[in-house]
Amino acid sequence: MASARTFGFIGCIELREILGRRARDERELMEALEQVPLGSVYYHTHSVFLRHPRITSAYPNDFANWVATQVRDQALAERLAVVDPFQFATLDEVRDEFVSIIDAHVAALHPVPRVVFGDPLFFVQSHVIEVSTGLEARTLDEFRRCLADVDQSAIYLHALHARVMRHVSGGDFAQWIGAELGRPALAEAIARINPYLGGLERIRQETLRLIDADLAPEEA
Amino acid sequence: MTPSALSIEPYRRVAPKGTVDFLLRLAERVQGRRFLHVNSTREGGGVAEILNRLVPIMRDLGVKTEWEVIAGDPDFYATTKSFHNALQGIEQVLTDAMLEHYLEVNRANAERIKPDADLVLIHDPQPAAMIEARRPEGKWVWRCHIDLSTPQRRVWAFLRRFVVHYDAALFSLPAFAQQLPIPQFLAYPSIDPLSNKNRPLSRKDVRRIVEGLGVPHDKPILLQVSRFDRFKDPIGVINAYRMVKPYHDVRLVLAGGGAADDPEGARVLEEIREAAGRDPDIYLLDLPSNAHLQINALQRAATIVIQKSTREGFGLTVAEAMWKGKPVIGGATGGITVQIVYGVTGYTVTSVEGCAYRIRYLLNNPDLMRKMGEAGREHVRQNFLITRHLRDYLSVMAHLTR
Repeated sequence: MASARTFGFIGCIELREILGRRARDERELMEALEQVPLGSVYYHTHSVFLRHPRITSAYPNDFANWVATQVRDQALAERLAVVDPFQFATLDEVRDEFVSIIDAHVAALHPVPRVVFGDPLFFVQSHVIEVSTGLEARTLDEFRRCLADVDQSAIYLHALHARVMRHVSGGDFAQWIGAELGRPALAEAIARINPYLGGLERIRQETLRLIDADLAPEEA
Repeated sequence: MTPSALSIEPYRRVAPKGTVDFLLRLAERVQGRRFLHVNSTREGGGVAEILNRLVPIMRDLGVKTEWEVIAGDPDFYATTKSFHNALQGIEQVLTDAMLEHYLEVNRANAERIKPDADLVLIHDPQPAAMIEARRPEGKWVWRCHIDLSTPQRRVWAFLRRFVVHYDAALFSLPAFAQQLPIPQFLAYPSIDPLSNKNRPLSRKDVRRIVEGLGVPHDKPILLQVSRFDRFKDPIGVINAYRMVKPYHDVRLVLAGGGAADDPEGARVLEEIREAAGRDPDIYLLDLPSNAHLQINALQRAATIVIQKSTREGFGLTVAEAMWKGKPVIGGATGGITVQIVYGVTGYTVTSVEGCAYRIRYLLNNPDLMRKMGEAGREHVRQNFLITRHLRDYLSVMAHLTR
C-alpha cells in the first residue's frame, strides 16, 4: 500500500480592504451587493468565522447582523441569517441568494427600511494570505497532535475556506483522512461538522473527538 | 519592563492557541525585509504607547524594524494639533504660513531621517508630507489613527495631496476611510496584555491600589475611564448613576486625566464636580497620564465598566475592561460598536436612560455579568491584542512587498 501524502497545516491572515462603499437602506444593500467584488461577499459571509472564531453575535453573517441591529428589520435579518454560505458552490451563487432574498423582501415594502439612528454598512473585502504553520502529519496520530495545537486560522483555511475557494467538498481534513488514510467513515463524520454550532474551536474539538473515537479501538 | 526586554515568547500564555508560532512563521515570510515606523513622539499618547511595545517584539520576531521620531518646533506642533482637531471635525483656522511651515519641517525631517525601507509606515498627519522625499524603492503606507469620518474639508484637501502618493492607507475603522485612489486597509488598534495597564494583578494589589486612590471597596463600583472631555459624556454617566442609585447601592468612579495641562479638560472637570455635587458615592479621579497600574486596578475592581461616549475614535478602554472580564456598557459610536458584541460582551446604548436600564439589568443578573465578562475577555483575546496587531502589520508587509 502506498504511504499517505503528508498533510501540511497552512494558516492564514486576512488583510481587510475598505472599499469605500456603504449602504444606508435595504435597497442600497442589495445594489451594493450586486456590484462589490466577490472578495467582499466572502468577507461579510464566510470569513466572519475567521474574525469571530468563538463568539457568535446574534447572526452568523454581517448582512443579517446589520439589518437586525442597525436597520432594526427583524424579518429580513432572520431570512438573511438562515443562509448557509458553505452550501453554495461559488461566491456568485452566494451573492445571488442574498440579493434575491433582499429583492423579494423590499419589493413589498414602502418605504424601504433604512438606518435612522444606526451606522451604515461599510463594505470591506478580504485578501486571504496563506502562511505555512510548519506542522505536518503523515498519520492520524500525528494529525491529531498538530490539530490540537495549530493556530485557529489553519482550521478556518482547511475546514471552511477550502470548501468555497477550492471547492473541496467537506474540507481538506475530511478529504485527506478519506483519500490518504483510507478512513471514509471518519472523513464523512468530519465533513458533517456544523460550524454554526460554535465556530472554529468547535470544529477543532469535534474533529479531535471523532479522531479519538476512531483511534480508540486501535489503542485498546 | 524596558522596551528592549520585550519578546514574543511571554505572549504564548495569553494569545490564542498557536498564535506565537504562527507569527514566527509569518515573520519568516518577510525575513530580510526592512520595516520603518515614523511618528511624532517617543513617549505619551496611544501611538507611542503601542510602538514602544510593537517595535521590540517585531525585532524579536526577526523582522528588521526601525522607529524614527520627527522633530519639530512649537509652531509645528501647534499646527499639527490644529490639523488633528480639524480632521476630527472641529473647525480650525490654518493660515498659509502655518501650512508652509508644516511642509518645511517635514522636508527637514526627511532630509535628516532619509526614510529608506521595504515598508515605511508613516503614523498620522504630522509626518505625512515626508512622502515627497520617497525613493523609488520600497512601499509607503499612511497609518491614520484618528477619526477621519467628518474632516474639515480644506484641511483634508491639503493633506490628501500627500496621502494619494502613498501605496496604501491603514485606518482603524471603515467609517474613517475616505475616497482615495489607493487601497485602504483596516487594522484595529490593540491593547498589550502584558503592559502595566493590563497585566494580571492580585486581589490584594487591586485592593491596595484602589484604596490608595481613596475609593473604598465595599460597594459595587461603576467605572468610566476617560479624558475629561464632553464627547465622553461624563455628565450623562452621572445622570445614569442617579437613575440606578434608588435601586442599587453603588459607587460611581470617573477616572480620567487631561485636566492639568488642558484648559478645556479643566473646565469639563469643573462641570463634572458641579454635577456630582456632594454625593459621597461619586469619586472623581484626575490621574496623571502614566497612572497605568491605577487604571488597571480600578478596572479590575469595577463591577461594570461604562464608556458612554457620544463620539469616539476607537475607545480602547472598552477592550481593556473586557480583558479584565468586565461587562461593558458603551455609547453606540465609533470603535465601541466593534468592540462590544451586543448582548454577548455588554450593551451599546444611545441615551442616559438606556445606560441606566442596562446597569440595573446587569446588577440584577450577576450570572449574566460573569458570562459577559468571560465572553468579553475571549473576544479581546481574538481581536484586540497586540499579537493581532502584529499580524496586521506583517500581513500588510507580506501583501505589499510580494
